[in-house]
Amino acid sequence: MAEERRFRSASGAPIALRRRQHSASCRELAVRGPRLQLRSLSAATSAVWLAAYGLFALSENSMVLSAAIFITLIGLIIYLHFVKIDQESLLVIGSLGIQVTSSYASGKESTTFIEMGQVKDVVINEAIHMQKVIYYLCILLQDPEDPQGVSEVVPLFQSSKPRLDCLIEVYKSCQEILEQRKTAPQSS
Amino acid sequence: MVLKVFFPSCCSSADSGILIGRWISEQSSAVILAVVHFPFIPVQVKQYLGEVQRVTQVSVSVLGSWSNSKQEKEESLSEFLEDLGTIFCHEPWIQISKEGDSKFWSCSTLQKHSKNPQEEEIILVYYDQRKVMLSHLHPPLDTAGRRAEDASKLSAIFDTVARSQVLFMTDRYDEGPIKLTHWQSDGVEASIIVELMKQASVPACMLLTLLLSLLSGVCRSRVLKFWPLSFLWSKLSTCEQLGHRLQHLQVISSNKKAQNQNQLMRKANIFVSLLIDVALGILLMSWLYRKNRIGHLADTLIPVADHVAEELQDLLQWLMGAPAGLKMNRALDQVLGRFFLYHIHLWISYIHLLSPFIEMILWYVGLSACLGLTVALCILSDIIALLTFHIYCFYVYGARLYCLKIYGLSSLWRLFRGKKWNVLRQRVDSCSYDLDQLFIGTLLFTILLFLLPTTALYYLVFTLLRLLVVIVQGLIHLLVDLIDSLPLYSLILRLCRSYRLAAGVKFRVLEQQDGKPLRLLMQINPLSYGGVVQTYRLPTYNCYPRDSWASLCKKLFLGELIYPWKHKGEKQN
Repeated sequence: MAEERRFRSASGAPIALRRRQHSASCRELAVRGPRLQLRSLSAATSAVWLAAYGLFALSENSMVLSAAIFITLIGLIIYLHFVKIDQESLLVIGSLGIQVTSSYASGKESTTFIEMGQVKDVVINEAIHMQKVIYYLCILLQDPEDPQGVSEVVPLFQSSKPRLDCLIEVYKSCQEILEQRKTAPQSS
Repeated sequence: MVLKVFFPSCCSSADSGILIGRWISEQSSAVILAVVHFPFIPVQVKQYLGEVQRVTQVSVSVLGSWSNSKQEKEESLSEFLEDLGTIFCHEPWIQISKEGDSKFWSCSTLQKHSKNPQEEEIILVYYDQRKVMLSHLHPPLDTAGRRAEDASKLSAIFDTVARSQVLFMTDRYDEGPIKLTHWQSDGVEASIIVELMKQASVPACMLLTLLLSLLSGVCRSRVLKFWPLSFLWSKLSTCEQLGHRLQHLQVISSNKKAQNQNQLMRKANIFVSLLIDVALGILLMSWLYRKNRIGHLADTLIPVADHVAEELQDLLQWLMGAPAGLKMNRALDQVLGRFFLYHIHLWISYIHLLSPFIEMILWYVGLSACLGLTVALCILSDIIALLTFHIYCFYVYGARLYCLKIYGLSSLWRLFRGKKWNVLRQRVDSCSYDLDQLFIGTLLFTILLFLLPTTALYYLVFTLLRLLVVIVQGLIHLLVDLIDSLPLYSLILRLCRSYRLAAGVKFRVLEQQDGKPLRLLMQINPLSYGGVVQTYRLPTYNCYPRDSWASLCKKLFLGELIYPWKHKGEKQN
């Protein structure tokens, strides 16, 4: 079953949270950010080409125009493939682990899987970012030597930066599944 | 706990039979390796599994039953399969059944001896057996830089499949009593080229080892160890690079098989790196010798050296006048300027003496580019060092003079204030000087102080020139290091067969149906290119740089000689 709700990100952009329950111990939470607008793309391209035409008028060298086209294309490809993240999703499978996926605008997906044995807890933290205080969700990883210690903090949803109301929904969903591993009979 | 069943995707269309694999009780997961088909004799199956267990050290056992019925579910078959659970007693007994072409299978477990009879959830994870078998898992480095080998549960699964290779050697054309289905059951594949290369590599390695032992014997002979020659070998970067490559060849040609993945990758990386190096070197050589470009190069060498010398002479004339409007001490200026001009004159004479032989020398030296592009670059760096030897000499003279002056000044400054450097205690102590000592000391101090700008200017100019040459040489060495240490085989493997280098796994949720177990697809998450380079970098003999910026500036200020690049194996001074 899937449901989708609209929220806002920390900077005010509209984002959408989609929750899917695949089974009793498996949930998928995906946060989708705003897509690339045609407006901003045209504005950037026009600005670059106007500047190139200005330079061409000054220098009478046609290489400037070809260079501008080349730069625009390469810049667009780099932006779509390495910078613009469309969707960030969290797949929580009880007793297997947590999988964090970022999908870029060009279709590339970068995935990290953290085994359940390494996950200590999923918490909401505060951080001071420039002049704001923002909330972010993170996974605490267990330190293998020290059972009470935390070896690493993995922040989630870094590019879409949802606000606290969205984070609370995600937090509740994750905790329901994480609690199951405490109530399940532990084998040594 | 939730029961996880790892099912190979190649067995999805297999006929009914029993499942064999490994049961990992701590994680409550069953890794299924193959399906044994009917008819079989249970005793023979147990014998076969015992043999496999002995060879692979993996505790393979019968885990459950698999029924693939094309028509309606047959009642008698299901009872028969349950009865099998009593013959091969395994706790829990897993029963998977597939009806027709349905994607959704039903999975159940039989627990006879468990205390709590509750229904536990089952997760069905499909995996590609061949890829998991060939892949090598690289667990991530934790904060302390250690690899968390034990904490990874997935490594147990990868390990199980990788070590069970002998199980996958029997295919369905074998005449044995056991009929298995796994990824290779349609026939074992092999490549003729790979087999031929394996056969040919043994005598090739032996030949190479023989040649290398001869070569290293020659290199180690006493003749080459006499003082002037050994000093020369240590200063020329070409000899270091050749020694480095010789070491690499020794690694490749050794007869011992690689023990683990790291050694195998290292050997492969060295081999591919050497091959590409030699190929690029031969390409460079063919470009140089076509249209006699090397002759043109030799012809332009002497005019270039002359031009550099002329520029230096102009520079010295400028320094001897009033450089940048500063007023120099005329006498000292003239002495230093004439001294350096005479040096340049000597240098030009030597170059002109050598000029008829330059073309021949360069022609033969250019032939050694076939040993590799790195060797050619090192030769270039050495030629630059030799051609700018006079700049190096000037730098040393200027630095020594300046250094003497600075030490003299600091010592006389202490005398001025009535203090003295105590060599025994390594500290500054107060001291009472006689009047004549004070008088001479003050006189000398004044002389040195007023002569300081002249010396400092010469020192500054020659240090800048020397730094320029050092930077050019440093860039060439950086390029050589890059070619030496880049793990090309690993990068090509990551590009073409990315499942071989795994950073982890990723799961994809397949279509679900209520009441059926959760279906996941486990795929291999390949290592990033940066991770590949970091893990498999070849070690080089250069370390950059020896001094930090602060100590470099301090040395420059005091006039101590700087050797910016440090080589491994050099004693620290």
